[in-house]
Order: sequence, then C-alpha cells, then structure tokens
Amino acid sequence: MNIHEYQAKQLFRHNEIPVPKGQLASSPLEAEFVYRRLKSPVAVVKAQIHAGGRGKAGGVKLVRSPEECFQAAKGMLGTTLVTHQTGPEGKKVHQVYIEAGSEIAKEYYLALLLDRETANIAVMFSTSGGMDIEEVADKTPEKIITVQIDPTLGLKDHLLRSLAFRAQLPEVETQQLMVWVEKLYRMFLKYDFSMLEINPLIVTKKNEMFALDGKMAFDDNALYRHPDIESMRDLKEEDEREIEASKLGLSYIGLDGNIGCMVNGAGLAMATMDIIQYAGGHPANFLDVGGGATEEMVRHAFRIILQDTKVKAIFVNIFGGIMKCDIIANGIVGASKDLKLHVPLVVRLEGTNVNEGKKILRESGLNILTADDMGDGARKVVEAAKK
Amino acid sequence: MAIFVNEKTRVITQGITGKSGMFHTQLSHEYAPRFVGGVTPGKGGSTACNLPVFDTVKEAKEKTGCNASMIFVPPPFAADAILEAISAEIELIVCITEGVPVLDMVPVKKALESRKTKSRLIGPNCPGIITPGACKIGIMPGYIHKVGNVAIVSKSGTLTYESVWQTSQAGLGQSTCVGIGGDPIIGSTFIDILEQLEADPQTHSIIMIGEIGGDAEIKAAKFIKENITKPVCAFIAGQTAPEGKRMGHAGAIISGGKGTAAEKVEALRAAGVAVANSPAEIGSTLLQRLQKSR
Repeated sequence: MNIHEYQAKQLFRHNEIPVPKGQLASSPLEAEFVYRRLKSPVAVVKAQIHAGGRGKAGGVKLVRSPEECFQAAKGMLGTTLVTHQTGPEGKKVHQVYIEAGSEIAKEYYLALLLDRETANIAVMFSTSGGMDIEEVADKTPEKIITVQIDPTLGLKDHLLRSLAFRAQLPEVETQQLMVWVEKLYRMFLKYDFSMLEINPLIVTKKNEMFALDGKMAFDDNALYRHPDIESMRDLKEEDEREIEASKLGLSYIGLDGNIGCMVNGAGLAMATMDIIQYAGGHPANFLDVGGGATEEMVRHAFRIILQDTKVKAIFVNIFGGIMKCDIIANGIVGASKDLKLHVPLVVRLEGTNVNEGKKILRESGLNILTADDMGDGARKVVEAAKK
Repeated sequence: MAIFVNEKTRVITQGITGKSGMFHTQLSHEYAPRFVGGVTPGKGGSTACNLPVFDTVKEAKEKTGCNASMIFVPPPFAADAILEAISAEIELIVCITEGVPVLDMVPVKKALESRKTKSRLIGPNCPGIITPGACKIGIMPGYIHKVGNVAIVSKSGTLTYESVWQTSQAGLGQSTCVGIGGDPIIGSTFIDILEQLEADPQTHSIIMIGEIGGDAEIKAAKFIKENITKPVCAFIAGQTAPEGKRMGHAGAIISGGKGTAAEKVEALRAAGVAVANSPAEIGSTLLQRLQKSR
C-alpha cells in the first residue's frame, strides 16, 4: 500500500522527523487560506497523487502571494497529471499540499529498505540528493553509501559511525544524520515498511535538516496490525474494479485488451496473459482468484470481468491445487446463468477434482468451449474474440 | 534418490486441526503415507486425520521421530511456527502459508543462516515439495506427477503444476518438484535447490520457472553457467505484463536490476538455458533440449 506525501509528512511529524510547515487543501480558496496561515513569503503547492515525477509534469509550483497560490491550486485541482510513474492514463489531482518554502543549502538522499538477499534493512545515503537516484546509481555509484542493519542485532553505533565517516559530512550534519537514521529505522520496524525514501533531505542555510519529500511503501501482508496506516488508504487513487475485487479477496488489474481472464495463482495468471498475446490476442485483465475461492467468488469474478465492456470472450484457466475444479465449475455455471453470459467462454480445467468439474460443465447445458491445455485454450479464445 | 524427501521421510503438520491443514494432510497422506502426526497448541492428546496431535513440535518429534514439517498456520503466527520447528531441529520445514508479514521472516532467515541450524526451510507462500511416488508435502495435486528424472524448481505454484503436467504428458516423469515461493524473503532460493539437484543422481534435467520482479533468476543464471552441467529449461512468467506504477526506485537499485522478464530471459539464454517462449511449450522445449544434448 502507498500513501500520499502529506500523510507521509504526518507520520514523520509523529515520529519527530522535521518537515516544513504545511497543510492540505482541496479547493483554491482553501489553498489561499493555507498560504496566509503559513506566513512564509515563499510556498510550494504540490499535487497529491500516488506517483513520483510530479515536478516535471507541472504538479509542483513555487508561489509568492495568496493570489499565486490560489491560481496554482486552481490549475492543479481536478486536472490529470501524467508522469513517468502514472502510466499514460495519468492520475487525477483531488488535493494539493501547500508547504512553506525552505532555504535550501544542500540536498541529500536517504532511504531505508528491506534487502531480500540478506534479510537486512539497508540504509542508503547519498550527497547527490534531489535528482533521479537511479541515474546517480548508474553514473556515479560511488556516491551512494550503503549500510546493512541486521534487525536481530539492532542498529549498532558502529554502523552509524561507518555511515557518518563515509558520508564525510560536516560535524553538525553528521550528528543530525545519525539521529535521523536511528529514528527512521525505528519507524521502519514500527510500521512494517517495505521502503522509506526521503529525496531530497535538505540542509538549510541554518544547518537544519528537513524531509522535503517522503515516499513510503508498506508491506500489505502486515497491514492487519496497522489499522492507523490502513485508514490512510486513498481509494480514489485506485481503480474501482481493483478495489471491488480486493474486497472480495480477488486480485484484478484492468488492461487494454478484449479477452477477459480468470485464473488461479499469480504466476499462471501472468503466464495466461503471455500465452494470449503469443496466440495473437490481447488480455483485458489480470485476475487471480487465489487458492481458496468459493463459488460466490467465482461469480463475482465473472461480474467484474464483464463490467469491462471491451470484453469479447472469456478464458478460464484453472490448475487446481488448493482450488478444487468442481467449485470453479459450479461458480462458472452459476455465473453464466445469473449474468446471462453473452460472450464466448473457453474453459481449461486441470488438477484437484478435475473430473467432477468437467462433468458439471458438461451437464450444465451451457455453450462452453473446453480446452485440452492452455495453448489450445488460448488459440480457441483468441479465435472466439475475433468473431 | 531425489532431494530432501523420500520414502523414509516422517512428516508432521503444524496447524493440522485447521480446515486447510486437515484437508491437505489427508490428501498428502493418501498420496504417500509419510505423515506421523500433527501439532496444534491446546489440542494435544486429540487426533486429526487419524494421526496423533501434540501441543508442541518438540513433543511431536520425541513421540513420532518426525524429521519434516508442513506448516498451515495462519499468517500472523506462521513465522513463529517456523521458528518453533527450527528450535526443535526439524530437518525440512515446508511453509505453505500465504501472507506472512515480511519483517516476521527476518529472524527466521537469520536463524536458518546460523551455523548451528539443522533445518532447511521451503517457502513460505509456496505449494510445497514432492518426490513422486515417495513423499508429498504440500498442496499440489498428486495425480499429475510421474516418477522420473526431471526436477522442477519454481517461484509460482500453479505454474509448477503446469510444468509437471506437461512433462508427464510428454512421457517424462519428475525426480523432485520444489515450489520455493514468491515472497521477498524465502527459506530456500533457486540456487540452494539447483545446487542439490546437480548432485542428485536421479535428476537428469531441470526445469526452472521464474517470474518478473527481483533478481533471483539473474543470480540463478550466473550460478547455472558456472555450476550446473545438467540440461536446464526455463520459463519466465509476465513477459507481457505492463510495467507497474512504481513508487521510488531504491528497490531496483539495491537489487542491481529492474526485474523485467526480458532481462531474465536474456541472462538465462546467455547461461545456456533453453527458455520456452510460451508457457504451453515448457515440456516441448525441454524435450528439444534433451534431444540436442544426446
């Protein structure tokens, strides 16, 4: 799960990481009011969307008067921002964050993330902040300093010293950086982050450090123990069908094609998309019904697939393990009847209780094309979608 | 021979009294009767699937002599269940549970890396392991397997079944199939399994199934090039998946790659691996590769 910049900054404040003064606004008038309250001659208006690269797309504007703030907010609210992280469809701006301007002397980069390989928490620091860190890693990898913290041992002083010495910062900054890393490390564990990135971390002319931006990604598996974080979820940032699906325990991602897919298992679901394209077709979605799907969930899955009016044919590809084929078959038959299915349906079943499943489909009297294997199924459904 | 599990393996199920735990213990035990008991704290002294239930893994080990455990404990308690099995010195731990918080897996991984440990973990979030005809620990449908010489190692559950089915249909059987799971932190990696398969006399060839994301396949490709003499065939799922909307880039940097399918396919081909273009051609790609090496 991802959150907005303003929410990340709330979390920073709660955990004593300094951030500039700022407040959220959802109308130009409100934005102007916030500007007056900030009492800062220079302020920054920032579009709140779940994606980076906002600056280049016009989603970050410097303002110097209430009127400018009003106009900047007006120009962003309600528009759709397209950045290199949003995809071509972009993201609609519903809120802006107005923040007091900072006198920036230096820009650094600081991130904490879980290193899959070592099962440590890696701290990454660079004095080349404020720019695309991927570019820094590519061109000047020596400018990125990494320290690995083994969480079973904890954050030891020698690790902090090692980071500080290698960073070669002035004494006053070194002291602050060590405190920051300690606090951020505690936050990482407390909230079950998978990634925490501050870019830029700025040093002002008065030698104070502030987090000017904050990206936080949380481990979805751990959200159950963080209701406070879960309540920050912004459903407006997510596809409606994806939200509906996730409430039902299904994993759905809408795509551009015309062949609806229902598959069990993420790997097989991805492979099914691959094979449809290999056979010359285009998938309309990724849909993983998971291992524990019920008849009811299969019906919902069909309903969600059919909400997409582009869908011209449906391919069900099931290899039952935990999932039993008879349950899938009953769900398919129920859904086809309930929804008066009007597009061709190709079903490939294999695995646990496959014979019972095939029997249910056969005896349903429905016009279902059965497939011997996934290659056969893909060919049949691509053919059917062309008609 | 095969790897990790055989006719002599003695298995318990942690979480045997739960719905899934009971169902899959039943099916696995019917496939090959290697199960000797189960563990559910508070239900010791009762029976499930006609097997004795114990309160702790340690007690189960003392009473049954088990050397393997299949875990079906719910996500909030799964990491602790693995640690309990490690401390009871269970040799093979297979965690099926999906949705284990990643940070919970950190102490597990550290415990597994300790020089003193006697345990190996497969999973979590995986279908399990099977040596056809000898021992099944997991949720894979047993009937699709055939005794043979192809080993399968895979990140994805259902794609493992797909590969098994295609090799069985092609007249080949399997030595051992391992689903390593797709979570960020897993007990056994591709490399851990490949190393064992190279040394296993029953395994003549290997199928490796990967996915987009992370760099495990890239590392495996390097390992294959340097250490594996047996023919290897692979498939990478997600070749046509649109690029996700990522937040930040730190993950990509630390892993030294972006985890695209193209990047992985290229690395595997460069290592001499036959990569199937379509998931329906995993079996036939292996057959071609085998004919070539004859």
